[in-house]
Amino acid sequence: MSLKYEDVIEKYEPVLGLEVHVELGTASKMFCGCNTIFGAEPNTQTCPVCLGLPGALPVVNEKAIEYTIMIGLALNCSIAPFSRFARKNYFYPDMPKNFQTSQYDEPICVNGFLDVEIDTDEGIKKFRVEIERVHMEEDTGKSLHMGGATGRIHGADYSLLDYNRAGIPLVEIVTKIVPGTGKYAPEVARAYVAELRDILRSLNVSDVKMEQGSLRCDANVSLRLIGSDVLGTRSETKNVNSLRSVERAVRGEMIRHAELLNKGERVVQETRHFQEDTGLTRSGRSKEQAEDYRYFPEPDLVPIVPDAIWIETLRAALPEKPSTHRKRLQEAWAVPDKEMASMINADVLEIVEETVNLGADPTKARGWWLGEIARIANEKEVAATDLPITPKDVAEIVALVATGALTDKLARQVIEAVIAGEGRPSEVIEKRGIKVVSDDGALMVAIEKAISAQPDVAEKVRGGNVPAAGALIGAVMKETKGQADAAKVRELLLKHLGQ
Amino acid sequence: MTMIKKSASEMADALANGETTSVALTQAHLDRIAEVDKDVHAFLYVDTEGALAQAALADKKRAAGEKLSPLAGIPLALKDVMVQKGIPTTCGSKMLEGWRPPYDSTVVSKLRAADVVILGKTNMDEFAMGSSTENSAYGPTHNPWDLSRIPGGSGGGSSASLAAFEAPLAIGTDTGGSIRQPAAVTGTVGVKPTYGGVSRYGLVAFSSSLDQAGPCGRTVLDTALLHETIAGHDPKDSTSINAPVPAIVAAAKNGNVKGLKIGVIKELQGEGYQTGVLNRFNESLELLAGLGAEIVEVSCSYFEYALAAYYLIAPSECSSNLARFDAMRYGIRVGDASGVSAEEVMNLTREVGFGREVKRRIILGTYALSSGYYDAYYGSAQKVRTLIKQDFDNAFTKVDVLVSPTAPTTAFKIGEKADDPIAMYLNDIATIPVNMAGICGMSLPSGLADEDNLPAGFQIMAPAMKDDRLYNVGAALETALLSKWGAPILSHVSGLGARA
Repeated sequence: MSLKYEDVIEKYEPVLGLEVHVELGTASKMFCGCNTIFGAEPNTQTCPVCLGLPGALPVVNEKAIEYTIMIGLALNCSIAPFSRFARKNYFYPDMPKNFQTSQYDEPICVNGFLDVEIDTDEGIKKFRVEIERVHMEEDTGKSLHMGGATGRIHGADYSLLDYNRAGIPLVEIVTKIVPGTGKYAPEVARAYVAELRDILRSLNVSDVKMEQGSLRCDANVSLRLIGSDVLGTRSETKNVNSLRSVERAVRGEMIRHAELLNKGERVVQETRHFQEDTGLTRSGRSKEQAEDYRYFPEPDLVPIVPDAIWIETLRAALPEKPSTHRKRLQEAWAVPDKEMASMINADVLEIVEETVNLGADPTKARGWWLGEIARIANEKEVAATDLPITPKDVAEIVALVATGALTDKLARQVIEAVIAGEGRPSEVIEKRGIKVVSDDGALMVAIEKAISAQPDVAEKVRGGNVPAAGALIGAVMKETKGQADAAKVRELLLKHLGQ
Repeated sequence: MTMIKKSASEMADALANGETTSVALTQAHLDRIAEVDKDVHAFLYVDTEGALAQAALADKKRAAGEKLSPLAGIPLALKDVMVQKGIPTTCGSKMLEGWRPPYDSTVVSKLRAADVVILGKTNMDEFAMGSSTENSAYGPTHNPWDLSRIPGGSGGGSSASLAAFEAPLAIGTDTGGSIRQPAAVTGTVGVKPTYGGVSRYGLVAFSSSLDQAGPCGRTVLDTALLHETIAGHDPKDSTSINAPVPAIVAAAKNGNVKGLKIGVIKELQGEGYQTGVLNRFNESLELLAGLGAEIVEVSCSYFEYALAAYYLIAPSECSSNLARFDAMRYGIRVGDASGVSAEEVMNLTREVGFGREVKRRIILGTYALSSGYYDAYYGSAQKVRTLIKQDFDNAFTKVDVLVSPTAPTTAFKIGEKADDPIAMYLNDIATIPVNMAGICGMSLPSGLADEDNLPAGFQIMAPAMKDDRLYNVGAALETALLSKWGAPILSHVSGLGARA
């Protein structure tokens, strides 16, 4: 029986720190001209530079610097007038040079912040997350360890290496310690990553797909006794591949730490791997003994000295902030705060906007995404946006309901079928033969049948007991497999029985 | 036989006026290699077929009346640290045995574009670490002046190939003197260009902030012609200088030192320098003074720390640069068997693949960069480097060029210093400051030392991107010496006996 979250926060205060890695959406790699297309055949997007062949030299991708400066500006950072790359030295088979070209003590962007809002029982709460640094580095290749029980390098029979990812530009965004989140730490963590993702998306610098790894979050969590200023030992949870997981991982780690501390045991400083299925983390690499990466300035690259005019040009061209954009939508759609917050919390705002842009009424679009679709997502334990139903599908369904071609009830059936993979809404309607029965003649046949089956009920209705008609309407609906408009049935039935 | 004794520019004239063809010239050099290289061992790989094909192409272009570069059709020896597509490149190491690079270095691309004929790859100290070419995993190169002696290093193969008339031109690389010191001890000319003056793309890195590829020849003009062929900005090398190449060939044809101020570095003479080497150095100064140059003495007080700082910076960078040799993607692989982890294979391969000197420097560098030691070692060395630059900057406010003996001694015996790394490192005491400051330097022969009748080298140093000054002063001194000697110094090469 694990500890309750309420008991954790009664005694401890969480200390949160987040590191987010973003794969930039540049057409070419960080230090060479190779393509960066996701999912290409292994080792087809490589060259002497990203394979680290003897003699090859890196050349910085200007676009990557531009994107990183844009990110820094959007996160209210100062842009360093002089920054450098450094070599982080360690051996691993998927690192072509056995050092990673990264930035160390001279990052390109420093000292920013990002404000996030979360919806709580006490209303909307604002938190400021301070950004320590934003720096550039190159990604490593990818290893697949085959034949072992764990999929890890130890115990594997052999490993496969794909260097397509080696040299893809990465930006690492590191927060300072986020103080004062208290019990809201998991929600703040999630809101921060969500807000950051929205900003990156608005800048068009990355496709920010957590499930494909183009946005990866490491959550650092430690606990301290409330009122104490002694920091606890932290764990660093990796492999957190969705917004929902960010929240679960932080909450899970808080509970795990509290259980250890309550038992008088110590938290081990280590990386932990988040397990999507259980929501728990498992132990990774120990960080008890700091690894010595022997950082030193990369001698193959010249320092980055961005032109002040260039920076100001980029600043002036920054797009509308996602928070401003949201305020604008909220006004245009006339949505109350709570409703807006639920859309953000369910991470459906963008998809609702797309649906509205395809002609759907904002209230209806929101209703479907937050209602039936969210319900199914919840059942399947996935994000609504990950379900195989598109804004176009929903817009089509909204339109069909508006014209009376579908009832709400039928629309729910169509949504379920689309998600079940039966095709687009029109195909589902066609295949399943779904249609609103509005033909009076066909309805009358069903009504006659219901009356002859339950003559006593019909007699009661004739006698003025109108509520008794419900049983007959139900029978008609059953007969027509729910495809009839119930209001229409009621109207015809009552008329037929002289009411 | 007479054609191979000519200078490259004389060969170019012979090609231009139809006296010979590139194929004939190339074949003559291939024959010479076949005859003497079993004694000299300047080459690790001879690309007979490729060289003759390149020569035939150059002849064809000439016959078609195409406008050709000044060195079109001239053979050249390439140091084995420079990658050439499809041609084995070992860097003198067992680690890269059998590796054929899938790409050309920028230097090779430029040589190809100029229709220079690449004869093959020359021997070197493993990964360019050494001053004698004894650290090659494939056996030492022998000095054509005396086969029992070293040809200098790390580029001993390139310099020996010139002195043995196996090639009229060669490419070297110079991290702490690896072009200039071999030139000095073989009676040839070698230039370390300004850092960033010649692309490093495709030069297998030893120490990235110090490495510089450069030209080697038997005359100042030949060296200048090769320098201009390989120099210039390269977008593939971020540290390459984006500025016009100085007028090097013009300077080599000028050779006028009248009114020029030449500074003699006080700290680079005296104790530790062989008397015969100093005698030749002082005679050269007198000749330059006789030509109208003003000779002054300057002091560079921080040079005292140059060697120590160099042996922190170069090993630090090398410990990182050589990390990529891990048996995963290319080169040899040792211990790859079922049940052996990737980490163990890396360890076993590096144990077998690297020689003693390379391991020594990797260990030194790893230590110098370690957390807790970084500031004391790597950090302090970088400060010394800045001070050495300041020494040069100050000196160049007073003089146009600086001079010193290139190496303290003439060629020593093979094996003599093999067990004494410090004595070996001291060979580069006069050449290392140039690399630390990123400026340019030339070594040219100043004559034979009295004690051993072996060549001594005269070093000229100039500010960054003033490489033309080296050639101007070098040409003036070369002309004066030649008229004094009556014949080129290499006419005295005796090590190859009757064969020469």
